[in-house]
Amino acid sequence: MDQAVFIFDILLPALMQGLVITLQLIVFSAPFGLALGIGVATGRQYGGPILSRACKTFVLLIKGTPLLLLLFILYFGLPSIGITLSAFTASVIGFILCNGAYNSEYIRGALISVKDGQMIAAQALGMTRAQAIRNVIMPQALRRAIPGLSNEFIYLIKYSSLAYMITVVELSGAGKNVATKYFIYTETFMVVGIVYLVLVTITTVAVNILEKRVAVPGMSRTSAAQL
Amino acid sequence: MDVLSILIDWSPYIIAGIAATLGLVLIALGIGVLLGLPMALGQVYGSRPVRWVIGIYVWFFRGLPILVLLFLFWFGIFPGLGLGDVPAFVVGAVVLGLRGAAYQSQIFRGAIQSISEGQMIAARSLGMSRSTAIRSVILPQAMRIALPGWSNEYPNMLTDSAVCYAIGVAELLTVTSRIVSQTYVTMPIFLAAAVIFIILNYGGLKLLHGLERRIEIPGFGSGAV
Repeated sequence: MDQAVFIFDILLPALMQGLVITLQLIVFSAPFGLALGIGVATGRQYGGPILSRACKTFVLLIKGTPLLLLLFILYFGLPSIGITLSAFTASVIGFILCNGAYNSEYIRGALISVKDGQMIAAQALGMTRAQAIRNVIMPQALRRAIPGLSNEFIYLIKYSSLAYMITVVELSGAGKNVATKYFIYTETFMVVGIVYLVLVTITTVAVNILEKRVAVPGMSRTSAAQL
Repeated sequence: MDVLSILIDWSPYIIAGIAATLGLVLIALGIGVLLGLPMALGQVYGSRPVRWVIGIYVWFFRGLPILVLLFLFWFGIFPGLGLGDVPAFVVGAVVLGLRGAAYQSQIFRGAIQSISEGQMIAARSLGMSRSTAIRSVILPQAMRIALPGWSNEYPNMLTDSAVCYAIGVAELLTVTSRIVSQTYVTMPIFLAAAVIFIILNYGGLKLLHGLERRIEIPGFGSGAV
């Protein structure tokens, strides 16, 4: 079979179907991963001793367990205690937990980097602690966390491929199925890899634009650190 | 059958799985250092084509998911090179190592670049050659600065090694799923595996932090440079 025919008539249409699933996995996981990250970081930094300890333990457990094992627990393990999830749902939950735990580390670092004086000043202006966190600390912290969070987003794109291991036929899975059917492995996985490289490169460019867009004039990362 | 007796019955397999997991991690970390350090030196001190080639390598291996890399090498590249008989364990360790080198080279590169240029100038003015200066002045400092970042490669490598399940390496996760499919006991076995991974993870990190303290030079923290 002609290589061009294989790539354009067989491989790419199959990969497009897989790509749609990959994008769905990412779109469903990323916002909740960010929200979880913000929640866990805030709880760890500003919560009481119990909440803070619970958030810390959560991060420790998730970071210590391979994501693939977490997916196995959610998809193969949970039915034994009466909770049956579809493979897609199990994947999304796994990605949210993992992405959230890693995001929380960057956000916590950024929260710590905002000087104490800001909280004192905000409270002196009559804000409650929660208002100060929401309106003064968090907007600065999230901007500083963008590089780390974008790294985690790129990891999410790549690790979404693990969903295939629990039967979700996303981009890698679509490639694997075609490769196995036609016994064409190297070319197929190179093309699959290029699609991931394109996704990762687009993300990197988009994040750079976002970072410039949300930048507050005069508050660069270096000048903010001096406040 | 209760969980404890299952774990005891299967303990030889579990221990073999742990050994395979640690073997993957140690070999891959070793390949990562052996390739990553020269790559970092090439990126800092090399000519333009050298920097360009290393840049492409890093971009490729960091941009692809580990699962796709494993499939590519296991089904495609190794058999394509006539190495179809190479065991999955070796392919897994090599792929993790090649990918680790891409990540590690960036850690080493950052550390080398953080050493101020004056050090190289001073070493050269004392009559050292460029390579002696790199070996005797720059690297001993850079490696100490790189170690905390490098330590993070261990947990990353450990969790990534589990993906070698996909090409049938008999590491801890593969052993776990085999026990589950034989005994039909799912949740407790998975959780036991998670506990083992967590112990390996934080136990290894503790050793690495101990190493960081051991090779520390008093008064020379990464903050002091």
